[in-house]
Amino acid sequence: MTRISLSRWLGILIKEFIQLRRDRLTFGMIVGIPILQLVLFGFAINSDPKHLPTAVVIAEPGPAARAFVAAMQNSGYFDVLGRVSEDQAARALARGEVQFVVSFPPDFQRDLVRGRPVAIAVEADATDPQATGGAVAVLNHLGAELFAPDLPGRRLAAMAPVELRVLRRYNPEGITAYNIVPGLLGVILTLTMVLMTGLAMTRERERGTFENLMATPATPFEVITGKLVPYVLIGLVQVTLVLIAARWIFHVPMLGSIALLYGVVLIFIVANLVLGITFSSIARNQLQAMQMTFFFFLPSMLLSGFMFPFRGMPEWAQAVGSLLPLTHFLVLVRGILLKASGTVLLWPSIWPILLFTCVVLAVGLRTFRRTLD
Amino acid sequence: MNRSENVIDVHGLQKRFGDKTVVDGLSLQLREGEIHGFLGPNGSGKTTSIRMLCGLLTPDGGSGRCLGHDVLRESAAIKREVGYMTQRFSLWDDLSIEENLHFVGRMFGVVGRRQRVERALEGLGLGGRRRQLAGTLSGGWKQRLALASCLMHEPRLLLLDEPTAGVDPKARRDFWEEIHRLSAAGITVLVSTHYMDEAERCHRLSYLAYGRLLATGRGAEIVAAQGLSTWAVSGDGVERLSEALRQLPAVEQVASFGTQLHVSGRDATRLQAELARFVAAHGLRMDAARPSLEDVFMHLMQGARDPLER
Repeated sequence: MTRISLSRWLGILIKEFIQLRRDRLTFGMIVGIPILQLVLFGFAINSDPKHLPTAVVIAEPGPAARAFVAAMQNSGYFDVLGRVSEDQAARALARGEVQFVVSFPPDFQRDLVRGRPVAIAVEADATDPQATGGAVAVLNHLGAELFAPDLPGRRLAAMAPVELRVLRRYNPEGITAYNIVPGLLGVILTLTMVLMTGLAMTRERERGTFENLMATPATPFEVITGKLVPYVLIGLVQVTLVLIAARWIFHVPMLGSIALLYGVVLIFIVANLVLGITFSSIARNQLQAMQMTFFFFLPSMLLSGFMFPFRGMPEWAQAVGSLLPLTHFLVLVRGILLKASGTVLLWPSIWPILLFTCVVLAVGLRTFRRTLD
Repeated sequence: MNRSENVIDVHGLQKRFGDKTVVDGLSLQLREGEIHGFLGPNGSGKTTSIRMLCGLLTPDGGSGRCLGHDVLRESAAIKREVGYMTQRFSLWDDLSIEENLHFVGRMFGVVGRRQRVERALEGLGLGGRRRQLAGTLSGGWKQRLALASCLMHEPRLLLLDEPTAGVDPKARRDFWEEIHRLSAAGITVLVSTHYMDEAERCHRLSYLAYGRLLATGRGAEIVAAQGLSTWAVSGDGVERLSEALRQLPAVEQVASFGTQLHVSGRDATRLQAELARFVAAHGLRMDAARPSLEDVFMHLMQGARDPLER
């Protein structure tokens, strides 16, 4: 048996450190990943989301309604965006622009003063049960306190009880799977599409076959699109598998058009493939392509609204999240499956994905050079 | 000679990577059917030159034509008519022999691809192993497959970048027989190599060092042009005396060849006189030798200045 040699062991140790220092991307990951995780989990993510965007529908504003709205705002859970019409409110809720719509009946003030029973309707977008739970509890409490008939000295003290009708739209039973399973579509596509295409080009480069490919008359367009199409098909197969499971195992409602769903899936797949190809023309080897994918995947998971409510995050985190295609895809897929939204309604979430694709494609084509220089 | 007859006719080609000039003013003329050897030490710019000639790299300076197409602007046309064999095996390891040939055939839009692939497999003698993955082939077979794939689209010009590196002598010999057959059929071949026996099989040679072309012409012409005289020194303990020999003023170069030392210098008279004294003093013998290509190339390289070591 050979004795353990300290100098030999040190030799290996030193070599490893030198190589680590040369590998800038790995070094970046060692430092970057903990910082990224700390920032995201520490500051961006909030499992009891506050400041949820809320639209108010009031036909005739009066002191009672104003007081209620003010109390909502003061609770910290609601950011009241202002008065809107009934139609506008419905559209905003369907698009996911607001989490709540609070509607006061036309004669709210008069009926309240006259002691007639009144009701405030609160519609909550419950596609993500996590996002609405805390706020709804607060709302009930608010109503009870503000309009309590038996407390003396209150101007608003109602003769009759004020009823708060909370309507959980889109997912009344608050089933988490209804939210998670459609979301998984996007997560699975993001990971596999970016990674597989990222590796596809770097593999050619690493094995030296890229030079052979470039020596043929093949144009960059032919190479890129020829490499992408197989992955588009793979993505569509994945989507179909998840949809089958969603339908027959998790019983996720599928209210909207499946054709439209496949349409937005296709747009989303292309966005991710273009990103993967761009990564692979920047990365020098397969390891770097994988590292870049991971750097992209982590914020996509955490900031898109997949794992944690999007509206619960601070504004800067929402702004970062809005750059990611997954954020918009989640709105689209949940909108189509759970809300039966159509193209017009969903357009505000479609164009950011298209824009992302165009920008990344421009970067990708610039880095992908036909010649080796 | 009419310029348009040259298959390759380039002047002053230049390529820089960052602030390093890798190829500096390369001028090269190749006639149809010629086998042209491209020699020079590692890093002398051979691969970069070949890549510029086949349209993979755009030259930073210079001008010229390859198969009648402008090397600066018509790289797509050049690629269609050139067969380029990379230094490293660059076919797809995870495709079978047959699939690789079909792929390359498709890339070049080869007409009658099936027959071409069949003929190539037959020529290789690999018909029975057509479904074997290319990655599992031995070095010699990989090289033959790579050559066959270069020939799929019937190019008029072959650019071979160290095609025989790491290949056994028998396979090398067969390879060169094939090159001469192709040349006889009118295909022009530019081949880079480090082997002197291969250099001697070429019709003409070019010698590159530090990105500059130092000599070009037939082997004998290059040897003669350097005006080198060489003596073979032999005898007991001669190996230990090479350092002492190098100290003689007229000696420019000493190289070991088995039990002999090849001693070369340009001043023939002084060299002979100094050597005669040295040989007599150490009890050795000296015989007149013809300077070999290798002696000449060593000499050329010593004379060239490395721009990085100035």
